[in-house]
Amino acid sequence: MSTRPTEALDHGAAPWLFAAALATTLPHVEHQPPWLSALATLLFAWSGWLWWRNGRLPGRWVLAALVAVACGGVMVEFRTLFGRDAGVAMLVVFMAMKLLELRSRRDAVVVVTLGYFLLLTHYFYSQSIPTGLWLLGAMTLLTAALVRLHGGAASTPAATLRYAGLLTLQAVPFMLVLYLLFPRVSGPLWGLPQDAHSGRSGLSDLMAPGNIANLALSGEIAFRVRFTATVPPRDRLYWRGPVLEAYDGKTWRQQTSRPRPPQIEALSPTLAYETTLEPHQQRWLLALDAPGTLPADLALESTLTATSRVPIVQRQRFSLTAALDYRFNPDEERPVLSRNLLLPPAANPRTRALAESWRQEESSPERLVQKALTLFSGAGFTYTLQPPLLGEHPVDDFLFVTQRGFCEHYASAFVVLMRAAGVPARVVTGYQGGEANPVDGFVVVRQSDAHAWAEVWLAGRGWTRVDPTAAVSPSRVESGIAAAMPAGEPLPALIQLRSDWLRTLHFRWEAINNAWNQYVLGYNPQRQRELLTRLGLPDADWRKLAAALAIACGGLLLAVTAWALYQRPRRDPAARLWQKALRRLARSQVNSPPWETPLALARRLEDEHPALAPAVRELAEAYLQARYGGIPDDLTRLRAALARLP
Amino acid sequence: MRLIAEFKRRLFRWQSDGTAPLRLGQRRIFILPTRAGLLFAAALLAMLTGAINYNLALGHALVFLLAGLALVGMVHAFRNLYGLSIAPGRCLPVFAGDSALFPLQLSSDRATPRLALELRAADEAVEVRCSVAAQGLTEAAVPVAATRRGWLELPRTRLATTYPLGLFVAWSYLQPAMRCLVYPQPLATPLPPPQPATHSGDQRGDGGQEDFSGFRERQPADSPRHVAWKASARDGGQRPLLVKQFAGGAQHELQLDWSLTPEGAAPEARLSILAGWVLAADDSGACYGLRLPGHEIEPGSGDAHRHRCLEALALFPA
Repeated sequence: MSTRPTEALDHGAAPWLFAAALATTLPHVEHQPPWLSALATLLFAWSGWLWWRNGRLPGRWVLAALVAVACGGVMVEFRTLFGRDAGVAMLVVFMAMKLLELRSRRDAVVVVTLGYFLLLTHYFYSQSIPTGLWLLGAMTLLTAALVRLHGGAASTPAATLRYAGLLTLQAVPFMLVLYLLFPRVSGPLWGLPQDAHSGRSGLSDLMAPGNIANLALSGEIAFRVRFTATVPPRDRLYWRGPVLEAYDGKTWRQQTSRPRPPQIEALSPTLAYETTLEPHQQRWLLALDAPGTLPADLALESTLTATSRVPIVQRQRFSLTAALDYRFNPDEERPVLSRNLLLPPAANPRTRALAESWRQEESSPERLVQKALTLFSGAGFTYTLQPPLLGEHPVDDFLFVTQRGFCEHYASAFVVLMRAAGVPARVVTGYQGGEANPVDGFVVVRQSDAHAWAEVWLAGRGWTRVDPTAAVSPSRVESGIAAAMPAGEPLPALIQLRSDWLRTLHFRWEAINNAWNQYVLGYNPQRQRELLTRLGLPDADWRKLAAALAIACGGLLLAVTAWALYQRPRRDPAARLWQKALRRLARSQVNSPPWETPLALARRLEDEHPALAPAVRELAEAYLQARYGGIPDDLTRLRAALARLP
Repeated sequence: MRLIAEFKRRLFRWQSDGTAPLRLGQRRIFILPTRAGLLFAAALLAMLTGAINYNLALGHALVFLLAGLALVGMVHAFRNLYGLSIAPGRCLPVFAGDSALFPLQLSSDRATPRLALELRAADEAVEVRCSVAAQGLTEAAVPVAATRRGWLELPRTRLATTYPLGLFVAWSYLQPAMRCLVYPQPLATPLPPPQPATHSGDQRGDGGQEDFSGFRERQPADSPRHVAWKASARDGGQRPLLVKQFAGGAQHELQLDWSLTPEGAAPEARLSILAGWVLAADDSGACYGLRLPGHEIEPGSGDAHRHRCLEALALFPA
């Protein structure tokens, strides 16, 4: 009833296992500590060498020592043996180790099962299309190893691979049905380990010179947006992230404050959109200014930043609305306003002096804002990703010495000027712009669209957005960073694509990726409900789903079984024609017993049926020639003879 | 135990298949997961939990694909047996203590080969593995330990396969009516002294092996040991083979008599001694006869004669 465990592994099966083990562990090199990859490589090489030389596999004690070393290493590296990364590392070690223990077929089956398990761990790190394809190939290879294990040497490599491919192909319909109908449970079943999600880039909750400039070099996608109606012009797309109010002379930070719902008065019709956020480990959503009513599980902070209750640790979709023209907190609380006038007393004396002089000339805050913008748009200021280093008083240095900076420099300098001039002001970080993909209509916002701008509070108008970068470099907000940068500045390769067909290709690839993310990876309980409703199964609970699933899988299983049962013996075409001729002769009362050869039949008919005899002789000779004459598939004479039969 | 046996008999429809070739249909093929299959299922369950916990869309897809693979593998294991034709072959007699081989001819009319078929008779430790080529025919001999002389019936035989994935085993019980003659286990003891020919005078006395008296043409019953290879080679193989003829054997005709075996020995032991004598006499090329209580075989020689003697010993009523 089971494979006998003691059955020795045949020599020719081992390479399949090596290949499968390699295919399932190789992609992990990318995120493993190098010593682990080195150890695994060493073990692989050792087992390969032993196989090649037919050497004796190492004993139990050697393996135990190796396990101890590996466990120790993992412990030192990850401080635990469990959790995501440590667990994956242990699995890789076990896989390499098991190859040194390949004695019986049962060991080999363990290797294959471990391989199937390892496939899953790759999805912790990437679920892109290439990963999916690679793993599909690796899975087929593992299956081929199983086929080879059980088929023995009679299973040639080509036949083994073909068979594994056939099995995989036949399994695909089951996968589709299960994927669509298996009752989906959302969210973790239990607390995830600390390292479950890590290593994703994005805005941070503070701004120091250089932060955003670093992001600008990344072509990674931050989020994708689909507007239900037309896409607004690019220079109106301000996606609000954290608002920074506290300044220590160098770094801007968020200020924690008593939560108070912001008051928004929409001055233009609201537009609806759906945003798909890439995970960034933070709670803010990067909603379009100014957000309208939010879904129940989201909240608006007093600074108008939309936040989720839990950090965004995986790709997530939100349906939001926005009003592009709005009035925000025209009656702001006094403490908030006074807090937005604070400056560290000793920092940036020259800037403060300048602002002081402006204040003597002008009393209206609007005019003060205008003065500052005029300063930036004037000669001397350059927009660049490679600003010079700033000294003790960064804003002073920037305004009066270097005059070269990125958006964060301009925003920071502007806010300092405003505060010094007595206008409440703060820094807003987020993303600006986005690129509409003509293929699928999604607006793609990248890390390179990260931006910082300013917000000033004006009596009667509330918090008003001012983007000093637009004063220096209008093209930054109108057409994006690539157009705004002087030639020769380093930019992410993706954004630099100037050639048309490359751009088209790039758009297409991103649209495919987006469709993959939206419809394949983004298939969640809600999507499942929608699909079932469309299939005529509204509000299906898990019982209905299970029934549907059982019916669908049963149907598929029946189909495969029917395929397995349907096997007509392949007959020689000449023999088939001869059988047809015999059936026709039977209608003329001529019966030929199974042992009678065609020529014997013809000879017999010469006496019994002289009228039929010549036709049958011709038929018999044509048949013999077609079947044994050495010219395969030449059936013309036989067909002609058959046609002449009455 | 008897209840279980009865249950199994009904469940698996154990009955003799007769001597005609049989074709495996879906009603006599059974499928169950193997231990590896259970391990695989446990791994899938763990993977599904992981995929749900970490919300891995492709993890779900992988688990579902593997589940589909297992189901498809089950059907393929079934398919590996389905439609296979099995025809009983002819068994050659063996001596008790040896392994009787029951040849089965497995033939397939499918365009793909059937690999990794395992045949094992009930209660036997040894199994035989074979595969049938596409539209091919394979003969597999099922070994059964022959412990007792007499007729040995082929016990119920299990034809099983775990190919292709090893996650499921598909099997069928075969019970073709086949029997193998088991000779008594020979016991090597010195031959009894030759006795004078019982009927003398009219026999010319050839067939012995003492004195060379000429050649004659070989007949199928002649032992290859007596072929005169050198003489036959002289004419370049044009004529039938020649056999050396000896004279003077008549006086030394052997009578292997039940009464010559030790009186006190058990009947089985006496049969063993007689079997040993038959082999030794045949080996020496002598002319020998066998006399058992109630059964007598005229003296003679050759393979057919040897078989007749051993058969008589094998089937001697206990």
